[in-house]
Amino acid sequence: MGFAVILQSAVVSEVNLLSGHADLILLILAGWALQERVESAWHWAALACVLTGFLSSMPWVILAAGYLGVVFVARALQRRVWQAPLLAMFSVVFAGTLFMHLLSFTALQILGTPFTFSDVAGLITLPSLLLNMLFSIPVHALMRDLARWVYPFEEYE
Amino acid sequence: MGGILTLALGGYLGSASRQLNTLLIDLQTWVSTRFLGFQDFVTAPRDIASLRQRNVELEAQVSQLQAQLIDVQQRASETEILAALVDFSRSNPQSAYKAAAVIGRDPSPFLHYIIINRGSNDDIRRGMPVVTNQGLVGRIDAVIADAARVQLITDPASAINVYLQNAETSAMVFGSVTGDISLDMISQNAVVEPGDLILTSGLGGGFPSDLIIGQVVTVRTLEFALFQQATIQPAVDFSRLEIVLVITNFRPVDISPLVPPASP
Repeated sequence: MGFAVILQSAVVSEVNLLSGHADLILLILAGWALQERVESAWHWAALACVLTGFLSSMPWVILAAGYLGVVFVARALQRRVWQAPLLAMFSVVFAGTLFMHLLSFTALQILGTPFTFSDVAGLITLPSLLLNMLFSIPVHALMRDLARWVYPFEEYE
Repeated sequence: MGGILTLALGGYLGSASRQLNTLLIDLQTWVSTRFLGFQDFVTAPRDIASLRQRNVELEAQVSQLQAQLIDVQQRASETEILAALVDFSRSNPQSAYKAAAVIGRDPSPFLHYIIINRGSNDDIRRGMPVVTNQGLVGRIDAVIADAARVQLITDPASAINVYLQNAETSAMVFGSVTGDISLDMISQNAVVEPGDLILTSGLGGGFPSDLIIGQVVTVRTLEFALFQQATIQPAVDFSRLEIVLVITNFRPVDISPLVPPASP
């Protein structure tokens, strides 16, 4: 997770589409939490909040609410849409990105940062959403393989 | 034998001799060609194997040289930047500088912050201005032992007191969500022209004076508005920040205790 945060800060944040960029942490958490046998998604979300909060100027409460919310949605969907994992991933990433941006927008507005909703929606949220959806496919595949490696199938006799 | 010799000396065997020679030469050519073909067939696999091995060696060498070339280009670029920064620091001896490399950006797309690889161990403190040889970059927002976070002047929450050199009037520069900066609070009486240089005024104590921010691109004047506005071309290319200078001998002044509280 530390490496993912470093990657996000040093590489992914530099790859902009308009003013938006992908959220690798969100994608990893969503992909990981959607794996059936994974039990540690909440722990990883908490760690992601700590690491990202340490790096970012965004209030850590927003990050915590956003990332834990993503894991919550992923865990809830994982039990319902288990037959279509990629669809679940898309749904979680879509909802998670909007939720995260809505939280960030609201918090920064309250803190006095001058934003207009149309600017944020057109220049940050929509491009970020597009990039997150694009990256969600490889990240989901990666997390699925990682989950299979970490939690191998138990063989019953 | 004598008869043959006689016929030969008499020139009667010339045509037969030519035909025989031709036949022998054709035969030798055929044998030689087939032998060379056979030789190629036998030796070719060995040559291909050696050529392939040589090709692999050369490809590895090319890759190594390309990596060296990239490294040298990177070093040349860094040297160029550092030379410009050294020139800048020499031409501004009143300030003490500490060079730092940009190692990351804020993960949130809503905020325009960078992370640099110098911190409190290098006497970096909160509020110190950050510049390049081109102009003002921002100020230190948070510090840990070996790193610091810098709020860029393009951040939406950034507001800087400036003055326009040619118009000799004060104004404020604001960041935006798009990463552009704009000039606001320009007096309606001021005559602002595209190309006017914008410098920090030092008002408010947040930045030292006379740091370059950019140039006026377009001016927007509305009759009913209190102030004029202008768009700015920043002096610094914020998308290509690699090395920055922290002004270490500037201490920001906190004027908040002097600001009167809002009346109820």
